[in-house]
Amino acid sequence: MVVFSRNPIYNVLYLVITFLCVGGHYLLLSADFLFAVHIIVYAGAIMVLFLYVIMLLNLNKETEPQKNTFFKFAAIITAGLLMIVIVGALRASEAAMVAFDNHNNIGLVKNLGKMLFNEFLLPFEIVSLLLLTAMVGAVMLGKNHMKRVKEVAKNKNGRATISTLPVQPVKELTHE
Amino acid sequence: MNNVSEAIQGVPLNYYIWLSTTLFVIGVLGVLYRRNVIIIFMCIELMLNAVNLLMVAFSAHHNEGSGQVFVFFIMAVAAAEVAVGLAILIVIYNNTKSTDINILNKLKW
Amino acid sequence: MVMDNVIGLIPLFPLLGFLFIGLFINKISKTVAGLIACTSVLVSFVLSIVVFLQLNDTQSSINWTAFDWITTGNFSVSFSFLVDPLSSIMMLIITGVGFLIHVYSTGYMHDDAGHNRFFAYLNLFIFFMLLLVMGSNYLLMFVGWEGVGLCSYLLIGFWFKNTEYNNAAKKAFIMNRIGDLGLILGVIMIFMNFGSIAYADVFPKAEAFGVGSPAITWITILLFIGAIGKSAQIPLYTWLPDAMAGPTPVSALIHAATMVTAGIYMIARNNVLYSLAPFTLEIVTIIGLATALFAATIAVAQNDIKKVLAYSTVSQLGLMFVALGLGAYSTGVFHMMTHAFFKALLFLGAGSVIHAMSGEQDIRFMGGLRKYLPVTFLTFLIGTLAISGIPPFAGFFSKDEILANAFAQNPIVWGVALVASLMTAFYMFRLFFLTFSGTVRATEEVKHHIHESPKSMTIPLMVLAVLSVIGGFVGIPAVLGGSHELNHFLAPVFPVVEGNAHELSHSTEYILMGVVIGLTLVMILSAYLIYVKKKSLPAENETSLNPMHRLVYNKYYIDELYTSVIMRPLNAISKAFDAVVERLFIDGIVNGSGRIVTWGSKTLRLAQTGNTAYYIFGMVISVIIIFLVKSFI
Repeated sequence: MVVFSRNPIYNVLYLVITFLCVGGHYLLLSADFLFAVHIIVYAGAIMVLFLYVIMLLNLNKETEPQKNTFFKFAAIITAGLLMIVIVGALRASEAAMVAFDNHNNIGLVKNLGKMLFNEFLLPFEIVSLLLLTAMVGAVMLGKNHMKRVKEVAKNKNGRATISTLPVQPVKELTHE
Repeated sequence: MNNVSEAIQGVPLNYYIWLSTTLFVIGVLGVLYRRNVIIIFMCIELMLNAVNLLMVAFSAHHNEGSGQVFVFFIMAVAAAEVAVGLAILIVIYNNTKSTDINILNKLKW
Repeated sequence: MVMDNVIGLIPLFPLLGFLFIGLFINKISKTVAGLIACTSVLVSFVLSIVVFLQLNDTQSSINWTAFDWITTGNFSVSFSFLVDPLSSIMMLIITGVGFLIHVYSTGYMHDDAGHNRFFAYLNLFIFFMLLLVMGSNYLLMFVGWEGVGLCSYLLIGFWFKNTEYNNAAKKAFIMNRIGDLGLILGVIMIFMNFGSIAYADVFPKAEAFGVGSPAITWITILLFIGAIGKSAQIPLYTWLPDAMAGPTPVSALIHAATMVTAGIYMIARNNVLYSLAPFTLEIVTIIGLATALFAATIAVAQNDIKKVLAYSTVSQLGLMFVALGLGAYSTGVFHMMTHAFFKALLFLGAGSVIHAMSGEQDIRFMGGLRKYLPVTFLTFLIGTLAISGIPPFAGFFSKDEILANAFAQNPIVWGVALVASLMTAFYMFRLFFLTFSGTVRATEEVKHHIHESPKSMTIPLMVLAVLSVIGGFVGIPAVLGGSHELNHFLAPVFPVVEGNAHELSHSTEYILMGVVIGLTLVMILSAYLIYVKKKSLPAENETSLNPMHRLVYNKYYIDELYTSVIMRPLNAISKAFDAVVERLFIDGIVNGSGRIVTWGSKTLRLAQTGNTAYYIFGMVISVIIIFLVKSFI
């Protein structure tokens, strides 16, 4: 559904449903903390971000371009091939078909936190740095550059003119 | 509740491998199939999720905590990547007024 | 000892002369260049005399090593010189005659634009020739051998603007190289058999091989092939007459006195080896005889002064090889010495005549030059008498010794050699009479300019004439009451091998001498009668000759034979190779690899469409392929 539906909003919603299902699997695997975090981060933050962007860009069903048939066909075949190859590669390992005891405690917040802060301290700190960088980057990319343009316009004309010039001249690139 | 949770037996690993692979392949299919950049981003997230699932499954089976910690990190990175990626997408949209992936073909000779 | 180091200086001075003149070739004046060149050779000559005198006193050979040249594994060669009687005589000849020719050249080449270059080349030649005769191992000799070949090429093609001269130079060099192949193979065989290529190592060990062993025979044959090329014997002699394209001093120095005698020197040096290979000695004798006779017959019909002298050189070299082939090594060296004197004299005299006649070389247009060129006339006469073997001139003693040795071994050899010698007398006097006596047949404007040559040219002529007169006196045989000093001097070099000593009774020798002299005088008389009394001239052009005469006049068409049999097929093969192997194959490969690279890059470039979806596609496909490959490895 995620892949094949036309309307992008539908795409997002289907993806949310998918995330919820995967989160449910986490629960089954006794990863409680991860389930919670998964729901909050993915379904809560990331999908919301996607929705914001889609609504900002005002995408709807008509403006959705399509690839030509050959590529669609090729895409399907390639994906199928990939599936076969991976499954074939992993088939060699006849991993346990046995049930296992899932009453372990590693999913608990306490144990996870202990491991996180003892063995994985350095990656933890670096991930925090990464998040900081991402934040700064996102903010900078989204910044409105109009103020600078206004100042340039002021200097050119000699008096303050508040002109709402567009940020960049829009170049109409031709479709291939 | 205890009965329920005790009654639930662990799902064998094979199934999880299959499931994860299927999710991953669907994500790849989406990336190749769709032309809208945003949808492609979403399919990339789908792929990441598939990997996460696999990691958690393995960690539960081998009683290792490091699988879950790694999932933690992957999630953090995915979040960061989405944020920055969408910001870039918006800038591009402001410049080209389109979200078609075929327009973004400047990465050549 | 101080004397030992002097040896190293002897080849050094001509080398320095060459370098100095060569580096400043356009900056020094002609007089300075000539002065430097002549002085360097003079210094070498003086030093050679010093060494010679010391050798005479101590009677032992001198070795002097400059440095260890090559040392690898089993093979080590040192850059060292050996001065023993044989090489000291050669050094004296080279530097002495060389010096006289240098002086002559200052006059002869005075008006030539390439004057400085000429002297540079002459000095270089003297240097290489000295290396050749002074080297104490085969490698150094070979260096000198090749070097004189090179200088011969440079000097024959001296007036390089003329294509014919260039062709003659190329011909000389290539024919030399053909012979050199034999020489190289011979040296390699020597190394394989003896483990070293120094004379001091090879000659003592040679005895162990025994007479007629295949190894020694092959070595000597191969070395002889080298001598054939260098000393212009059949079949590699055709370069020498063509080499007359060079200036006359070059012909005198290189093709009369020194380079062509390199072959004689080499065989004399290797006499130990040759004495152990009687089969090779027979071959040497036969080829020498054939060459002597053959060239003499051609010389009778030639009309160019220098060509007659060239063929005479070939013929006399043949006689020298006959002497060597008979085992009379010191006789061969003796004849080489006297030949150097009178042949250089004859060539220089011819040069003087040509100089006087403003470049005319055809004897049909000469004549009656006696009153115009008195000094040249006299010296040329002395040279002609010497080469004809009239006593007491130099040529008589050496030639007579050869004939005596020939008679003692094999009367047939004696007969053929005698015929060759008689023909020598005939054509030399023919040349002499046609050039100097009779009426002047030159054109008017040439006649105006006839003048005697300057002192720088006539003085060497006179010195050489004196040498031609007295040069034979070092070899007066016992039968005439002298002690053969030259033989005694060379005795340490040529050990007497059993079975080669030929003794003739004194009476036989007297008879032989008388017969030879008598027949020679008959030939001279007949030449006189034909060309002076009857005043008959050589034919104006070719067609009026009878077929036999025409055959001889055209040198038996040997050159044409070589062209059609050897050169045309080689040219055709090389053209075929060029068209097929060179163009298609090698150019194809080289250009093709370039084309493939360009094509490949053009094709690969298309993969970069810039289309992001395409790239993702590529990524997925690559992942699939990696999986496949990994699972199947």
